[in-house]
Formats: sequence, structure tokens, C-alpha cells
Amino acid sequence: MQLTKVNRSIRVDGAFKRLLLFVSLGLIVLLLCFLWSLIALSFPAIQRFGLSFLWSMDWDPVREQFGALPFLVGTLSTSFLALLISLPFAFAVAVFLGVYYPHGTASTLLRYTIELIAAVPSVIYGFWGLAVLLPMVRSMQTSLHISPAGYGIFSASLVLAIMIIPYAASLGASMMLMVPAHLKEAAYALGATKWEMIQYVVIPYTRSGLFAGVLLSLGRALGETMAVTMLIGNTALLPKSIFDTGTTMASVIANELGEANKTVYTAALIELGLVLFVVTIVINILGKKIIKMAS
Amino acid sequence: MKQEISYRIFKSSAVHVLMVLLAIGCVVPLLAIIFFIVKSGISHIDLDFMLHTERPPMVAGGGIIHALLGSFIVVGIAAILAIPIGVLAGVYLSEYRHTKLASATRLAVDVLQGIPSIVIGVIAYMWLVKSSGTRPAILGHSGYSGSIALAFMMLPIIIRSTEETLLMLPDSLREAGLALGLPMYKVILTIILPCGFNGIITGIILAVARVAGETAPLLFTAFGNSHLALNPKEPMETLPHIIYKYANSPIPNWQGTAWGAALVLLVWVFFLNIITKLLTARWKVQL
Repeated sequence: MQLTKVNRSIRVDGAFKRLLLFVSLGLIVLLLCFLWSLIALSFPAIQRFGLSFLWSMDWDPVREQFGALPFLVGTLSTSFLALLISLPFAFAVAVFLGVYYPHGTASTLLRYTIELIAAVPSVIYGFWGLAVLLPMVRSMQTSLHISPAGYGIFSASLVLAIMIIPYAASLGASMMLMVPAHLKEAAYALGATKWEMIQYVVIPYTRSGLFAGVLLSLGRALGETMAVTMLIGNTALLPKSIFDTGTTMASVIANELGEANKTVYTAALIELGLVLFVVTIVINILGKKIIKMAS
Repeated sequence: MKQEISYRIFKSSAVHVLMVLLAIGCVVPLLAIIFFIVKSGISHIDLDFMLHTERPPMVAGGGIIHALLGSFIVVGIAAILAIPIGVLAGVYLSEYRHTKLASATRLAVDVLQGIPSIVIGVIAYMWLVKSSGTRPAILGHSGYSGSIALAFMMLPIIIRSTEETLLMLPDSLREAGLALGLPMYKVILTIILPCGFNGIITGIILAVARVAGETAPLLFTAFGNSHLALNPKEPMETLPHIIYKYANSPIPNWQGTAWGAALVLLVWVFFLNIITKLLTARWKVQL
């Protein structure tokens, strides 16, 4: 009697462990299925255009010619411009929270602000950008004597810059908080001012962490869809200046996948997704590796 | 000499002021967004707005009840799908933390978290919505397809928070259970999970907050619907999607509805975030 009870409990235990194992294994399989189906479904396009897909400029669904260069340029230019704009702010927030005011009301408030910036849905950023930012960009363009389109890479990058501040900022702040006090004190003891201490102790000590934060921000920027789609103008031409309209890989997918009716067309759009998937995965894994090594 | 020192001190304070100004600069866009959404949205919110669906272009008014209920249903089903899988995987990662499978799964979770939401949308669309060749569509444009896409996005957050929470529980807890002769599954179900309950719940709320505002995965899955649909087998409207749809439309009363919807969504997402914040502070869990 007792023994059967123990036996049953051992069997249930084994079954439970197998369930846990199965779920974890399932996640890995799921991810491989993601990758596999992206490759398999974009195969018609890969087969037909090969590598020229990435540097051909011709995107013409009617003639079934697909080249992704305008979208690659659009994605890269919006992301890097956004990164450039956001980095000074992200660095300032990191220094503010990590060195100048690690405790106290001001730092709590700023911390909440940063979290809420990350929490605002992308579509709301886009909508706000349409209603508030575009008129401002237009009047700026008028005063610069450029055609006041409003829409374009510049507007999209501005909103994107706000959206990606939290990723680099919060990681940078937590890295700066981990700088050992005795290193800072040593710098002060040698007569360093606060900024010199940051320059010669905090920044070198957290360099790799800061870099990882920049990478994670970049990963977010590359894949961001809604806000960019609403502001960039969505023209499949190579942009010539930052005030030009353009489009990104994510935006093209969002705009066209629902209507793509031919196999090659769908495959070309999915290949864009595949490129996005691979690039963001590489950036994220690299970023996580660096964080792990730094902490 | 003295001049040089005062120059260095000046430089240090100048950088200090600059950094504080830049950091405060980050608060400005958030306040601007909140201010503008509240200002433009509040005038559109009334009982009519909360209780009606879309009106034709030239008819004044119109509401968001279909989007509001649609969002609740789609996100709710996503949570029902993601919670058990996420918690079980999190348990595996913490209780069998040193196995090879655990580190591989951890990597998979990291990768899953980094996938752009539009790519999740593409995959859900190709798997569930589109029919290919002779194979009929599995679900078609439907609330269920949208829920599955959102569930993919919730998984990494739930797994991570479950794992982190359970890792913080002391090993003596597990050992005490095992020493009393409890099998491992009972230790997990009756000791570990109840002790980590707070952290897991907080993680789930955070996951809901993250996906509640997602639009990109729903574009081709839940698709949108101008009418009230309560059956998740049909295409469903959701709050973020209705904002996207109306924001780009030239019709004034739809634009107004979009502002109202944006305010409702913003309040809802902030509310969930603040709840998470309060719970983490109160229960002293770490995410």
C-alpha cells in the first residue's frame, strides 16, 4: 500500500520533469521553426534574385522586380540618426542616475520617466508625431527653404530617438552604479574633479556596458515599425537627404504584406523580415554577451 | 596654477549642469506626449464614445467599444496561452539551472525577446492566416491569430520574471521539502511556486502592459473590424490598431475618435506599469 503510493509519486515526478523539459525544448524548437519558415517562405525570392536583392534599387510588384536597397538605406539611416540624437540624452540620464544623483526624489522621478517612455505604445508616438512634430518640422523646413513635406527620415528619426533613450540609459545607469566606490574615492583622493573622475574612472570601467546599451538601442531602432511607418512617408525610392521621404524594411512589410498576392512578392517581403530577424538577433546576442562579460 | 584648478572645477560644474539639463530634456517629450494626448483626447470621451462602435465618415461621434472589448479579448487569450508555458519554462530554467538544455533555452528566450514585433506578425500571418496552395488557412484573420502573435511576445517576459523570482528563493527551502520526503514536483508546486507567486504575477502584469499597446503583430492577424465582434474566430478590432487606422484617415470624426482611443490606451498602459511598479516595491520582488 505505502509502496504503491511512493511508486506513483515517483512516476508523477518523472512525468512532471518531462513536462518541464518538453516545454523548454519546445521553446528552442519554436525559435528554429521561426527561422526555418522565414527561410523557406522567402526561398522563391532568394532563388530568383540572389544577393542582388540587397543592392538592387528596383521595387516593382507589377513587373515582379524586387530590390531592397531603398529599404536598407531607410532602415539604417533612420536608426543611426536616431541613435546619434538619443545618445547624448541617454548618456546624460545614465550619468545622472548612476553618478550624480543615485538616490533621492529627483532620481526616482527620472527613473519613472524613463520607464514610462519605454511603456508608451509605438502607435501613440506615431500619432503624436503626426499631429505635433510634423507641423514643427514643416515650419523648420520652410525657414530652411526646403520643400515642407514634414514626412521623412528626419521626422521618423526624431520620434525614434525618443523611443530608444530608455534602453541605453537604464543599462548605462545600472552599469555606472556598479563601479566600485574605492575606485572613485581613489580618483577623488588624487585630486580629480567630479567630471575627471567620470572621465577617467567611470567611463573606462563601464565602457563595454555602455557599448552594449548602444547595441540594444540600435536593435530596437532597427525593428521599430509603427511610429516610423506613420512618419517616414513610405516612398520606395532611395532617399537623397535626411529630409527626404523614404521607407524602412519594417514599414514596407507593414504596408504591403497584407496585399501581396503573388508568391514572389510575398517571398520578397518575407526576405526583408528574414534580414531584420537575423540582424536584430546578432545585435541582441552580442549585446547580451557583452553585458554578461561586463557584470 | 590656481587658474588651472579653477578652470578644472569650472569645467566639472559646467559638465554637471549640462548633464542635468540633458537628463531633464528627456522628461520634456514624455510630458509633451501626455499633455497633448490628454488635451486632445479628453473632449472626445463620453458615454457615447465608450458604448458605440464606428460611425460612417460624415456622421459625428462614434466610439471604441468594439476596439476596447477586442483588445481585452485578444490580450486575455494571449495571456491564457502564454502564462502556463511561460511559468513552466521559467520553473525549468530555475530548478534545473545548470543543465545544457537550460542554457540553450535561456539563449532562445533572449533571442525571442529581441525579435522585432513586425517579424512576429509576419510569422503568425504566414502560419495561421494565409492559406498556401491547397492548405486552407488555419485560423484566418481572427482574434485567435492575433492572440497567438501576442503570446509569442509575452513568453520571454513571463519566463524571465519567473526564473529571476525563483532563483532568489533560498535553496534551504527546496532542501527542507525534499528532506521531508516530498517528490520534486510537489516541492515545486506546493513550495516554490507559492513562494514566488508575487514575482510571477508582477511579471505577468508587465507582460500584459508590454503587449497591450502592440500594433505591428496585429496588422495582419486580428486585422481590425468596424463592427463589434465578440467571437475570437472573427477579425477583431483592437485599441492600438484603431488608433493607427484612424490617425491616417482624413475624416475628422475618426481623427477625434483616434485621440480618445489614444488617451484610453495610454491610461491603460500607464496604469498597468504603475501597478507593476507598486507591486515590485511592496513585495520587494526584482524584475
